[in-house]
Amino acid sequence: MQRFYRALLHLYPASFRQEYGEEMLRVFARGDRSTAAIVGETIVNAAAVHLDILRQDLRYATRTLMRSPGFAITAILVVALGVGANTAVFSLTDHIFLSPLPFPAPDRLVKLWQAQPGYGRMEYSPANYRDMKNAAKSFEAVGQYFSQSLNLVGDGEPVRVEAGQLSSDVMPVLGVAPAMGRWFSVEDDIDGAPHTVILSDGFWKSRYGADPGILGHKLLLNNAPYVVVGVMPASFRFPRRDIDLWVPNPLTVAAFSDRNNNYLNVIARMKPGVTLEAARAEGNVIARQLEAQYPREDEKTGVNMYLLKDDISAQSRLLLGTLAGAAACVLLIACANLANLLLARAMARRKELSVRASMGAGRERLARQMITESLIPSLLGGVLGVAIAISAAPALTRLAPTNLPISAAPPLNLRLFGMAALFTLITGMAFSVIPAWRIGSKTNFSGLREGSRSGGGQKARLRSILVVAEVVVSVVLLVSAGLLLRALWRVQSVNPGFQPSHVLTMRTVLPWPKYQNTAVADTFYRRVLGDARRIPGVTGASYISFLPMVMGGGIWPITVDGQVNVQRNANHTASSRFVLPGFFESMGIPLLRGRDIEEADDSKRPPVAVVSKSFAERYWPGQDPLGRHFSSINGDQMVVGVVGDILVRGLEQTSEPQMYFAARQMPDASFIFYQPKDFVVRSTLPPATLVPLLRDIVHAADPQQPISDVQTMEDVIDAETASRQLQVRVILLFAATAFLLAGIGIHGVLSFAVSQRTPEIGVRIALGAQRGDILGMILRQGAWLALAGLVPGVALAYWAALAMQALLAGVQPGDLTTFASAAGLAGVMTIAGCLVPALRAVRIDPLTAIRAE
Amino acid sequence: MNKPDSLLPLQPATFHILMALAYEDRHGYAIIQDVAARTAGEIKLSAGTLYRSVQRMLEQGLIVETRERPAPEHDDERRRYYRITPFGEEVARAEAKRLAQLVKMARASGFAAGKA
Repeated sequence: MQRFYRALLHLYPASFRQEYGEEMLRVFARGDRSTAAIVGETIVNAAAVHLDILRQDLRYATRTLMRSPGFAITAILVVALGVGANTAVFSLTDHIFLSPLPFPAPDRLVKLWQAQPGYGRMEYSPANYRDMKNAAKSFEAVGQYFSQSLNLVGDGEPVRVEAGQLSSDVMPVLGVAPAMGRWFSVEDDIDGAPHTVILSDGFWKSRYGADPGILGHKLLLNNAPYVVVGVMPASFRFPRRDIDLWVPNPLTVAAFSDRNNNYLNVIARMKPGVTLEAARAEGNVIARQLEAQYPREDEKTGVNMYLLKDDISAQSRLLLGTLAGAAACVLLIACANLANLLLARAMARRKELSVRASMGAGRERLARQMITESLIPSLLGGVLGVAIAISAAPALTRLAPTNLPISAAPPLNLRLFGMAALFTLITGMAFSVIPAWRIGSKTNFSGLREGSRSGGGQKARLRSILVVAEVVVSVVLLVSAGLLLRALWRVQSVNPGFQPSHVLTMRTVLPWPKYQNTAVADTFYRRVLGDARRIPGVTGASYISFLPMVMGGGIWPITVDGQVNVQRNANHTASSRFVLPGFFESMGIPLLRGRDIEEADDSKRPPVAVVSKSFAERYWPGQDPLGRHFSSINGDQMVVGVVGDILVRGLEQTSEPQMYFAARQMPDASFIFYQPKDFVVRSTLPPATLVPLLRDIVHAADPQQPISDVQTMEDVIDAETASRQLQVRVILLFAATAFLLAGIGIHGVLSFAVSQRTPEIGVRIALGAQRGDILGMILRQGAWLALAGLVPGVALAYWAALAMQALLAGVQPGDLTTFASAAGLAGVMTIAGCLVPALRAVRIDPLTAIRAE
Repeated sequence: MNKPDSLLPLQPATFHILMALAYEDRHGYAIIQDVAARTAGEIKLSAGTLYRSVQRMLEQGLIVETRERPAPEHDDERRRYYRITPFGEEVARAEAKRLAQLVKMARASGFAAGKA
């Protein structure tokens, strides 16, 4: 029993136990109280004693910190930086990669793609979708969808809305019920059924003021009447976060006739217990059966399945991964710096601690005091860090891929605060425990000796190691930031094939059936383009199906000179666009041979096409392409002109060859998707002047026509590199921080060394050492620290560069300029860090220095 | 040294310990026994409460540890004895006065028996 009580006393702080333990044991032994009562009172009283000490320490720590506000502020800022950077990056990665999608049992949701050589993620054609859906046994439900913009007319100002067009079985797949009304029924899926629409929570609130009587309301979408049958809950975002409403996606009989008309996204819910591997295996079996059945259309057509959560591009993944790595580096360096700060401080306070030890304060008591003293700045820094993270989060959301069914901004959740607390704890620990332990193990009275030089030997070595670690990490960050910056520059300098400056664009999606006849649409185009060209300062105006980069797809198979080729494989496809005359001139795309599409190219003339240089070179190498024929989905075409290639898919992707058809030769009521909608105007006017003029022109032609996506072509190019720019900016910021901290670290170690060695240096000077020798001595010490960090830093940086090679846009991971610049900067940092301590050493007055001894 | 009033009101345990030490120096267990006897067993200080109070009272200067032992036959070499300081007596008197005034007010309000 006595042994049990003795163990129980360990709940008390050691100092209290040593003082009163024996006495208390004796009281326990009297047996006045039951064991349970003793245990109870011990817990309560031990906690109270701990609290008393904490209160005491806090008071003492606050006083001490107030006396050295510089130290306190530096410490708080360093913690805030480390915690802030990591919490912000964590909140984003958590939101995108870790937290489950907002659907029940999200790990059973899979995205299905058709796969062909060269294209891993191709949408399904209706026929292949139907056959796959009927054959597959792995899934509980399979649904199809795609998204497009529709014009909403009738309820106030005409607007363009983002619509998710989907089959009724998407709901059993996702498992989310409407907040109000009903979901689509199988009847809604039938072609020709009365049109129904379901609103998103956001759209219902913004457009209809959350009208509770919205069900049954009629609205016009692309001039067709729709009835509102439901409203979805706020958390429902599908397939993207910006969808305003959902409409059914009935498949017509005609849609099933062409197995190469791929436009359906397919999502499925696996049956419980079915693994992704099993579903994939079954998908492949079905794909092979289809290939056997339709050898021409489905040649080499396989299937690709990903968990919905993982359907994120590798680049987004790498981008966030790099950020997380960089943030971790900042945390690491912050820890090293804090530990260093505290070590220096502890050494400076050695006398004070020795005095307290000599007055009977135990080692445990002193260590505890030190920890409390470090926890205050850690906690304050942590709070500040969370504030930084919260305010930085909106900026970082631009790094989040838009095509995910999740909200843009990461939510403020417990996990985020938990993580911030963890980061704070990590820094707090690095900050306090290591130094406290170092002190604890060394408490003796030598600190009291007059003129004792604290911090020699081991501690100085520990501080140097910490500084070297800081140099290593900052070199890694500098090199990474440098490489990414070069990659950004390289991507930005890529020639898109057109001249983006002075080009303004806007989108006017012409609604059907109003504009389904080409002649009707043409009246609109003629009027708008005619008026626009008359504006003084406008040098070109035209329309195209989709702007380059804004839309990368729209790829059609082609057949050249009679050779049959309906397979959609990579070698015989081209980017297909319909344009009005003057497009190439307006965009600054060079016309290399032949002529542009003309005003006269209408339905009365045989269809013509302008193709890009790579198109001509692929099909008629070394021959004159003009006058040659090829055919695509829109029939036989004759080549009348050759233009320069443009980067349709974006600055960092390879693009298919391009072909441009005459908008006036579009058959009526077909290719709705391709009807020219993007208005491009080249002018010398500033956009602010031009936009209202163009708006007036469009509204004069059709007062009900909505206008959207007003942007310059430079904006479009800029958007291409937006996430890269943001990433580079963030990593540069991290690198600069690391760099600064490492510089401060070197400065700190050397200043301390100089102040400790003042008498020695004084003696040296007195004995005739030249100022240059002293300067060299200090600089050498700094240079060693930098060099010791530079060598492993460069190796690590190279390894990091290899890991993120996919982000480097062709910049070599071992890029000499970048590495040399980083090394150079590290050198500058060392010199800057050494300078003040070195100058102080040189200015030491030998007489004063020796007298102080 | 603190003003006696700054420590008021005293915690019950503290006041009881001061009363236990009013006439003689005692060791820990003796304090517990004295408090129990004085209150007819109503208040039994636990070891933890006692020594936590003792520690704080030492810091506040209400009591001191004494090296003078009572009669040798009662002495236990290992025991620590505590003695009330003049400041401790002052504080105890101030607390008693405070309580007396409180009782007086209670009587005036009819909450307690006796003359107001």
